[in-house]
Amino acid sequence: MNLVIALLRRELRLAARARTEWLMPPFFFVVVVTLFGLGARPNDPLLAGFAPAVLWVAALLAALLTLERLFRPDLEDGTLEQLCLSGTSLGLVVAIKLLAHWLLSGLSLVLLAVPAAMALGLESGRQALFIGLLLGTPALSLLGGFVAALTVGLPRGGALLPVLALPLIVPVLVFGAGAVRAAQSGLDAQAPLYFLAAILALCITLIPWAAAIALRNAFDA
Amino acid sequence: MNWTWFHRLGSPPTFYRFAERLAPWLGGVSVVLLAYAWYAGLVLVPADYQQKDAFRIIYVHVPAAALSLALYAAMAVAGAVALIWRMKLAECAVIAIAPVGASFTALALITGMLWGKPMWGAYWVWDARLTAELVLLFLYLGVIGLAQAFDDARAAARACALLALVGVVNVPIVHYSVEWWNSLHQGSTILKFGRPSMSLEMAVPLYAALLGTALFCAQMVLRRMQNEVLRRERNTAWVRKMGSELLERGDVS
Repeated sequence: MNLVIALLRRELRLAARARTEWLMPPFFFVVVVTLFGLGARPNDPLLAGFAPAVLWVAALLAALLTLERLFRPDLEDGTLEQLCLSGTSLGLVVAIKLLAHWLLSGLSLVLLAVPAAMALGLESGRQALFIGLLLGTPALSLLGGFVAALTVGLPRGGALLPVLALPLIVPVLVFGAGAVRAAQSGLDAQAPLYFLAAILALCITLIPWAAAIALRNAFDA
Repeated sequence: MNWTWFHRLGSPPTFYRFAERLAPWLGGVSVVLLAYAWYAGLVLVPADYQQKDAFRIIYVHVPAAALSLALYAAMAVAGAVALIWRMKLAECAVIAIAPVGASFTALALITGMLWGKPMWGAYWVWDARLTAELVLLFLYLGVIGLAQAFDDARAAARACALLALVGVVNVPIVHYSVEWWNSLHQGSTILKFGRPSMSLEMAVPLYAALLGTALFCAQMVLRRMQNEVLRRERNTAWVRKMGSELLERGDVS
């Protein structure tokens, strides 16, 4: 338990010292949503129909922004190797790093999404958007973290990362935007939200260990 | 039963010679089967009462789609074997299957689009099965891209194996999408329990096409695995010996 707290504190302290890095995702999210608003006809009522897709795509692109830096600094200064050798489960270490990543980038997107949805004119379905993002963004961090672990040692990993991550996060997008659309048209949004919860449960149980194997593989390379 | 022959296949030189003997047979049988299936399917079989001649694309589309899923499953199994037992040949299989699977996924998508235009009135609809098949193509392309990004062949293969295993969730989604969601794509005609909803006259060439395509894939995967084995083992004694023998016989210059 001490280890968990110590690792989490280290991650948050490092983030506090490099603030711009962690302010980028929410800023990016707001800019993308604003650009859609500007690109459409002024006060176009149709914009609300596209709002679920716009908000979700903006959120997952914003989540991808910081992924490349997730493991690379630790790999370069040798911290990751020390953690690998320390005898603690690497899966646990990865899980904590991903939790910190979500706290810093995912959570702010969840909080920003509702005001952004109001800006796009989304009337009903804000609750489904909030709960959906609350369940979906951790899954984005986990799946993206797995891909970041796969590509961590590669010189051209930065370009490869989104290409590998986007197909894996398609289900999150489909059910997340689906929940908002269902609520928008007055239907029950519970089923897609349960799907999102199931995806998250699956990711939490399996992804940290898969990512740990990927990191060990990166050392061998 | 004696299993030593199977264990011996795990050694690259033995596998190479085994594949060298097996691949021409697979290729030959698949050519015969496909020639029969396509001649019967395109010429002999009568047109469908509803879809007219457009239904004939089934003899290309269905085998391609079935193989795109089967190859992904095979790649994931090979990936699991490569990660758990660190078998070199399983690593080669992961690398070898990805391009073949990607081509068949693309073929299934393209033939489906060509059929969709006259039948549905659109090349593409955002439908569960079509989208899942497209995601399958992206997953294959991801594996191919990842394989080429590594310098070390073994690390590349293991990374690809991991990616294939995480993406394997998509396979049952593609397969059952027609039953789970109200998909525009029609349900299965032959690969189901009970009587096929197709007359035997039409079904037999389809079975032949399925088997022929599967054997063709097996042949291509074996040949690609041979290439991968040669590339990895190019500095070993057996490859050098084989190369010098070929040079002496004058087969290569």
